Amino acid sequence: MKKLTVLLLITVFTSSVFAQDAEQIIRDVDRNLSADSRIVESSMTVHGRRSSRTMTSKSYTVGNEKSFTEYLSPAREKGTKMLKLDKEMWLYSPSTDRTIMISGHMLRQSVMGSDLSYEDMMEDRKLSDMYTASLSGEETIEGRPCYVLQLKSKVDDAAYDVQKLWVDTERLVPLKQELYAKSGQLLKQVTLGDVQRVNDRWYPMKMVYKDMLKDGKGTEWMITKIEFDTRIPEHVFSKASLKQ
Amino acid sequence: MFAFLWKGIIRDKSRSLLPVIVVAIGVFAIIFAHGLISGMMSNMIQATANFQTGHLKVMTRAYSDNQGQKPNDLALLDVDMLVEQLTADFPGVEWVPRIFFGGLLDIPDQDGETRAQGPVSGTAYDFLSANNGEIERIGLKTALVSGNIIRQPNEIIVSIDFAETHEVLPGDRVTFFGSTMHGAMSFANYTVAGIARFGMAQLDRGAVILDISDARLLLDMENATSELFGYLPGNTYDQEETERIKSAFNERYTDETDEFAPVMLQLVDQNFMNQTIAMMDAILVIMVILLVIALSIVLWNTGVLGGIRRYNEFGVRLALGEEKKHIYRTLLSESLLIGVIGSAVGTAAGVALSLYLQKYGIDYSAMMENVNMMITPVIRSEVTPQLYYIGFIPGVISMLVGSALAGTAVYKRNTAMLFKELD
Repeated sequence: MKKLTVLLLITVFTSSVFAQDAEQIIRDVDRNLSADSRIVESSMTVHGRRSSRTMTSKSYTVGNEKSFTEYLSPAREKGTKMLKLDKEMWLYSPSTDRTIMISGHMLRQSVMGSDLSYEDMMEDRKLSDMYTASLSGEETIEGRPCYVLQLKSKVDDAAYDVQKLWVDTERLVPLKQELYAKSGQLLKQVTLGDVQRVNDRWYPMKMVYKDMLKDGKGTEWMITKIEFDTRIPEHVFSKASLKQ
Repeated sequence: MFAFLWKGIIRDKSRSLLPVIVVAIGVFAIIFAHGLISGMMSNMIQATANFQTGHLKVMTRAYSDNQGQKPNDLALLDVDMLVEQLTADFPGVEWVPRIFFGGLLDIPDQDGETRAQGPVSGTAYDFLSANNGEIERIGLKTALVSGNIIRQPNEIIVSIDFAETHEVLPGDRVTFFGSTMHGAMSFANYTVAGIARFGMAQLDRGAVILDISDARLLLDMENATSELFGYLPGNTYDQEETERIKSAFNERYTDETDEFAPVMLQLVDQNFMNQTIAMMDAILVIMVILLVIALSIVLWNTGVLGGIRRYNEFGVRLALGEEKKHIYRTLLSESLLIGVIGSAVGTAAGVALSLYLQKYGIDYSAMMENVNMMITPVIRSEVTPQLYYIGFIPGVISMLVGSALAGTAVYKRNTAMLFKELD
């Protein structure tokens, strides 16, 4: 009986230590990935069955509530803008000179035929604010030792109920991410790479998204330039700026 | 002999009236049901062919494998060349491109901001480039509730349910938002030319119609199409002919590794049409068999009743020296005549009602609001040459079978007690 009690105490203690470690790991991950503000220039390559397409864009983000993206190329997409304010999103197309609100189930649609949905694009909250983490082991990804974390959503509006995260033990940046539905079905897989030192943080400059529910080779997202904590004028995040 | 039997039937109405009525009702029921079911089937085949399958359809192999998703990234390219080749190889068949697409239709307020929006599924037809009968084929003029058909570029037809839900009127400007065949965002402004009600829930819920030239611009599908529909001459489906064309075409593209090679399907290969047609045929055969059995039993009973009534007559005829076999034969001949009369009456009434329903039909749209079948809301009978014998023959047979069973009582008739009975 005594042995059993000791064993139980050890189990409870070690699991709480692991949980504490896991929570600390995702806080460290957040410290690397999140910022008060961010300006990103990127290219997105969508691999279709017939051809591949690359789009470039520039995004301005403040916290997790404000975001503005302008597509720079190719010609068909040039001038298309997206504005996210809290939980609302608008799209502007220069060809129609219309601003369209994106809501409801449309947020789950693919952006520009990519493997990312509008919901994915909009989601910028810290992992530690959305998920409770537990450490399930350690594995090696691309030669780098990683913590394997299981994340379970603690908010009602998370796009993915469960995530599995492989976090570089040294740089504390995710190298692989699996996103699951409530049913347990794997919806998306993200591979992160080209981790670079930007100011005082590590940041993955390349991400490959793969929507597991559709054919194709996935979508590559490459960051060509990134600035953290730069002051962004408030007028950028207004509907008026969509038409400018 | 015939004159004798005829006089018997005419003069003794109690001998013939009930069987004639029974046979006529049975035959009428067969013909009415057959005409109506045939009409429904033709209606469904026609509507399916017009909107979803064509008599023949060409797609890429990859598109065909994922047809339910309408994947335009796997669409047919170089369509003009393909149509030219198909027209040369299969003269008389009309080939029309159709593009299926989905997206969001956004209705702006006076400031250009989103007032309302909803998901739509669109189909693009070739209305403007050629007089190819697409407007008539889909019954667009009849379906219009208000406004006009598409007469120029940048016009759109909106389905009635969407228009009512989002308060859209002809003349309104709307914006379509979707993605091109390459996955890029696509936006376009259109003027609502008209509001249409096709009477098919599938089309009326959230459908929009564009001209194919606009859809090609919108979806970046220059000289491309989702599907290429083929219609036989006279718009009349002939399964043997479509099978022949399909086989001849597909023999040329046997390389399974080329996922963008064209592949041809015929109507019955799609939308479970083969199974549906086979099931309806089976239902018709079962219905006729059941009716023959039921009628035979009723007429057997009628024959037995008639036999009891004519008990004395048979006794006298036997006493006068007529053979039982001969009496049995005259009974059968008499029933043959009654069967022919009843069947003729039933056929005439059944065909007359079917002709009426072929012309005017029955409007059952109220019952079809939540039905997803591709079938028009007015059901019409179809009068085919088959109707003239489909009820007639079973009617005569059931009368003969009924009488044959009842007539066996003649062989049990004994004349020994005849005079006592006559007293």
